[in-house]
Amino acid sequence: MRNRKITPYALVLPAWAWLALFFVVPIGGMLSLSLTTGNVITGFEQSFAVGNYVDAVSTYWEQILRSLFYGACATVLCIAIGYPVAYWIAFKGGPYKSTYLLLILLPFFVSFVLRTISWRFLLSDNGVVLGPLKSVGLVPEGFALLNSAPAVILGLAYNFLPFMILPIYAVLERMDPRMVEAAHDLYAGRFQAFVRVILPVSLPGVFAGVLMTFIPTSSDYVNASVLGGTHNTMIGNVIQTQYLINNNYPIASSITFVLMGLLLIGIFSYARALGTERVMEVHA
Amino acid sequence: MSNRPRPNLNTPLLRGLTRARRSPLVLPGMTRRRTLQAGGAAAAALALSACGVGGQQRDPAASEDYWADKEQTGSLRFANWPLYMDSERTQLQQFTESTGIEVDYKEDVQEAASFFGQIQPRLANGDDTGYDLMVLPNGFELAKLIELGYLVQLDHTKLPNYAEYAGESYKNTAYDPGNQFTVPYTSGITGIAYNPEYVDREITSIADLWDPAFEGKVGMMGDAQEIANFGLLLNGVNPADSTLEDWEAAAEKLREQRDAGIVRAYYDQDFIQPLTNGDLWMTMAWSGDIYQQNAEEGTNLKFVVPDEGATLWTDNLMIPYTSQAPVDAIELMNFLYDPEIATGLTEYIAYITPVPHAQEVMAEWADAEDGSERGEALREMAESSLVFPTEGDYQKLHNYVNLEADAQEEFASLFHEITQS
Repeated sequence: MRNRKITPYALVLPAWAWLALFFVVPIGGMLSLSLTTGNVITGFEQSFAVGNYVDAVSTYWEQILRSLFYGACATVLCIAIGYPVAYWIAFKGGPYKSTYLLLILLPFFVSFVLRTISWRFLLSDNGVVLGPLKSVGLVPEGFALLNSAPAVILGLAYNFLPFMILPIYAVLERMDPRMVEAAHDLYAGRFQAFVRVILPVSLPGVFAGVLMTFIPTSSDYVNASVLGGTHNTMIGNVIQTQYLINNNYPIASSITFVLMGLLLIGIFSYARALGTERVMEVHA
Repeated sequence: MSNRPRPNLNTPLLRGLTRARRSPLVLPGMTRRRTLQAGGAAAAALALSACGVGGQQRDPAASEDYWADKEQTGSLRFANWPLYMDSERTQLQQFTESTGIEVDYKEDVQEAASFFGQIQPRLANGDDTGYDLMVLPNGFELAKLIELGYLVQLDHTKLPNYAEYAGESYKNTAYDPGNQFTVPYTSGITGIAYNPEYVDREITSIADLWDPAFEGKVGMMGDAQEIANFGLLLNGVNPADSTLEDWEAAAEKLREQRDAGIVRAYYDQDFIQPLTNGDLWMTMAWSGDIYQQNAEEGTNLKFVVPDEGATLWTDNLMIPYTSQAPVDAIELMNFLYDPEIATGLTEYIAYITPVPHAQEVMAEWADAEDGSERGEALREMAESSLVFPTEGDYQKLHNYVNLEADAQEEFASLFHEITQS
């Protein structure tokens, strides 16, 4: 009897230890670092300098807002592109469902960085996309896509699309087809059946997809540095520069916490607005 | 130098695919100046969480005291940038043949800032960094290492080749007066490169980078020091003597250039491919990259040392004070200054060697191999002012702004505001 009580706890112990060691400890360390003052030469001293946060926000509010905006645009694009794909695979995929899923995951076998760099060739001024459009006169000669905000947002959406498709697919795939049949029996047209039955059932999947795209896209720095130009810097680039180049650990840490806070607020208000109260259950 | 401080993911992919002779450890298209950022970032993150970021200054032992009890150990560990030596490690084999000392060569320096982040906590604790000899640019990191007292004072009696063969520009540099702690490994020029397919006039000055005719087609470097230098030179200020007011004026000029839409983007190491395919018409560039691109891809990119001047940066050899084999390390330093060895290195690296005599040696090698492909390549290189700058070029080359840690922060944030808009 005793054993049976202890076993479940014993089983989760490694996970707790893992999280405590590799999540709680570093985040605690970073929180304390964010309140220090000093530099690499003299060392950093704990002075509970809340001013670091004020500095971080007042200097970088533009990049912070831009990151949230780019992240939101990319997330919306992912839903717009990914939802129909997930729907199609779940309901029309037939015996080839797993093949289609594999095809969606296939680009992930190539390094994230290389995939993004290959977009430079696609979007180049005389590249595969713009070259033909320019030669037939659909696009003016001086038009450029690479090193602009749309390029960064497109790159983000491209890189994180599968994270949107997979959770939506998982929910739709599990859905009982008889629910749709019942809707039709109750005189719902295809549109009504979608809006009143399929969409509500799939919302937890969409929510999971948003979590998995909005958070990483908002804090991404690769796309902005590879595909961005002037006035396209995201907050991830700033954090990276402050940590690795300026060795300004306190400012970098405080920006990190500001971003984390904003993302949490965003996610929870989205959960509220959409009525997905069980935020933590959506992955189940 | 402190360019490439930004861990950067951008590499010309296609160009890389056409190159076979590069080390397999490096992503396609990375020349020695290109970095694997992922590795650098991870290392730095690790270092950060491990170190708790203290920074204690230590007093370097006087040179004689330090060297008095040091003996040769028969092996050493050498940290260098990727592609800074051929994959056979020819020069190290020659070193082992001539001295019997084995070298464990690691291409571990991917990026100056993150490499500093990796070794700094160990040096602060007095621990072995894992390296006995390393190569870092004359940037902020080197200044910090010197200021913190983390480098061994070199015993110049052990460097006879350096005394005999190093060029005058590579002795007594501004960033390390008297070469107390470092000797140059290789140098390069930051100048302007342009693609004559798109630019139909001769580019001669930094002011050309501000010409509205090239709107959206100009590349600038993202590194604070590099871009500051160009702003300063445009204003007629020598970077090494610049003051806070000069920096602010330079930043203002650079901001105007950016906000007029002339700058397409700020680049780290990845300006070659856009310059080749026409996304960029002209850009700030490193001499060696342009030389290689033209030599290997048959492109006709032009590189100029602008009228206002350009900067000469140097990657330097140095010994960390916790080195386990300083005698072996300084012996290798000396060996690399042998003109034959320096010539072999230069043939592969295509940047500027601190041994001017290598030009003659290279010409002799070219004569010996006359008619062969290698002979032609050697001849071309021996005659190139990108690899062996002329006296006139050297007149126009300046050193970097040299800053103490406190001023660095101010300086960097002033210019990062421009590049990270």
